[in-house]
Amino acid sequence: MTETLTEASPLSYEEAMARFDPVLGLEVHVELNTKTKMFSSAPNAFGDEPNTNVNPVCLGLPGTLPVVNRQAVEDAIKLGLALNCRIAETCRFARKQYFYPDTPKNWQTSQYDEPIAFDGHLDVELDDGEIFRVEIERAHMEEDAGKLTHAGGSGRIQGADYSLVDYNRSGVPLIEIVTKPIVGAGERAPEIARAYVSAIRDIVKALDISDARMERGNVRCDANVSLMPKGASEFGTRSETKNVNSLRAVEHAVTYEIRRHAGVLSAGGSIVQETRHWKEDTRTTSSGRPKSDADDYRYFPEPDLLPIVTTEEWIEKLRAELPEPPAERRRRLREAWGYADAEFRDVVAAGLLSEIEETVDSGATPAVARKWWMGEISRLANARDLEPAALGVTPATIIELAGLIDAGKINDKIARQVLEHHLDGEGSPEEIVSARGLEVVSDDGALTAAVEKAMAENPDVVEKVAGGKLKAIGALIGPVMKETRGQADAGKVREIVLAKLGIEG
Amino acid sequence: MSEISRADVEHLATLAHISMTEEELTTMAGELAVIVDSVKKVSEAVSEDVPATSHPLPLTNVFREDVVGEVFTEEQSLLNAPDAEDGRFKVPAILDEE
Repeated sequence: MTETLTEASPLSYEEAMARFDPVLGLEVHVELNTKTKMFSSAPNAFGDEPNTNVNPVCLGLPGTLPVVNRQAVEDAIKLGLALNCRIAETCRFARKQYFYPDTPKNWQTSQYDEPIAFDGHLDVELDDGEIFRVEIERAHMEEDAGKLTHAGGSGRIQGADYSLVDYNRSGVPLIEIVTKPIVGAGERAPEIARAYVSAIRDIVKALDISDARMERGNVRCDANVSLMPKGASEFGTRSETKNVNSLRAVEHAVTYEIRRHAGVLSAGGSIVQETRHWKEDTRTTSSGRPKSDADDYRYFPEPDLLPIVTTEEWIEKLRAELPEPPAERRRRLREAWGYADAEFRDVVAAGLLSEIEETVDSGATPAVARKWWMGEISRLANARDLEPAALGVTPATIIELAGLIDAGKINDKIARQVLEHHLDGEGSPEEIVSARGLEVVSDDGALTAAVEKAMAENPDVVEKVAGGKLKAIGALIGPVMKETRGQADAGKVREIVLAKLGIEG
Repeated sequence: MSEISRADVEHLATLAHISMTEEELTTMAGELAVIVDSVKKVSEAVSEDVPATSHPLPLTNVFREDVVGEVFTEEQSLLNAPDAEDGRFKVPAILDEE
């Protein structure tokens, strides 16, 4: 018997699409931003010293008992509702048993056959505005595991001498959202996968149930990919690429797996059902362990936790608290603000919708709000390694700056400096302009003196202007700005020069 | 007797990262079969329409408010650790999962 071929060169994406239809299944884990863990009162916090956000429950010490965090259950119900799911009238937790040091109990407390939410859907908007409906199988509650660092050898698990475990993340509330098989995506499968994860991220952010920072693992995606020959209806064997932690990586991982599967299948081989690891540097996946059967986890109902029963009254109270769905909100704001498509996309990508909305609601024009948030505020935030919102610029400050510009008191360049002084605690824009004497010099005395000085020092330029080369005036503006410390109005300088030379502007 | 094969026990031992001798596997297969048979007796006593009981008391919705409580210091966390390094539990590298 010859050995079955399981590896071959990947096909190009075009070739793969010519021969096969992809089927996707996406599992997204969302870490909740509750104050405490799923089953204990230890803090749910990121970035603290190892093993300091733990208590006996997180460490699985004998005799400890878990108690469910009400907030986490309400968050799960809200997410279920936002994903158009049915909410279980009654559901239980279950033990998923495996032996690995990331869980000190030797099981993960999860839900098995009774998830809190099921049978939903999410309409995902693609780049060109097309809507693709993704069916949701279930959303269930569970807990995160501890963090392992593999030491010695290469730092990867292969060749590691030992592992170090930090249980701060152990017990952090998670909701796992599982799609039904996504068929009919065709060549847009990678784009749909990215747009879906992006939509989930937007929803959990809008619900304020997660910090939704993918780089911190708050939202993580496992991507299942399989191929079937064009026109077939029976699914092929799938691979599961674990922990794809950026939107771009989701798109790339699905693309790569489609090409890899197509290569193996076209060469007459077969796909091994296994987990794969995503490698960002080469944009490829590598073989992980063979996928365990659900049987191997020996799930059984968690005897230490009581069932959860949801009443209609409770669900409706939570439904009433749901925010406007992010996709609808984007459509509404795009129409209201009248930005160009590319401008609006950039605002969405920068994550500044809320900031701009608040600024516009406070009375700024959409153009002014966009200019400041996408421009100087983002630049300063970037320079200070902060999120733009974390700078603490209020709509009132932006409106005041815009007012000073409109009144001709300061120009754009000075306004940007004023903002920076404001952030450094020098007071309101008006106060800074007056304290630092930044008001544009337009009283003719000081400005005329500066222009006269510049003209006297640059007779060659004056000669050119006098000879009709009006563009040469630019060479005088620099020295005038220097003389007035940047506070001159360029248009005014031009007027004065022309008036002195007796030229009609 | 229930069919608990030696292979079943071997598979469970692998899942649990327990090393067992040939003799232990055979003995354990027999013992587990007796246990499974004993549990099966319960099925004889109930009819099909009785749902499986996971919790004997009719309690539901026992929740905790989302309020931070006491935590261990790093020293307390590691008190029972067989070995530790950099404030973390030190364990043998396990190669079949990541």
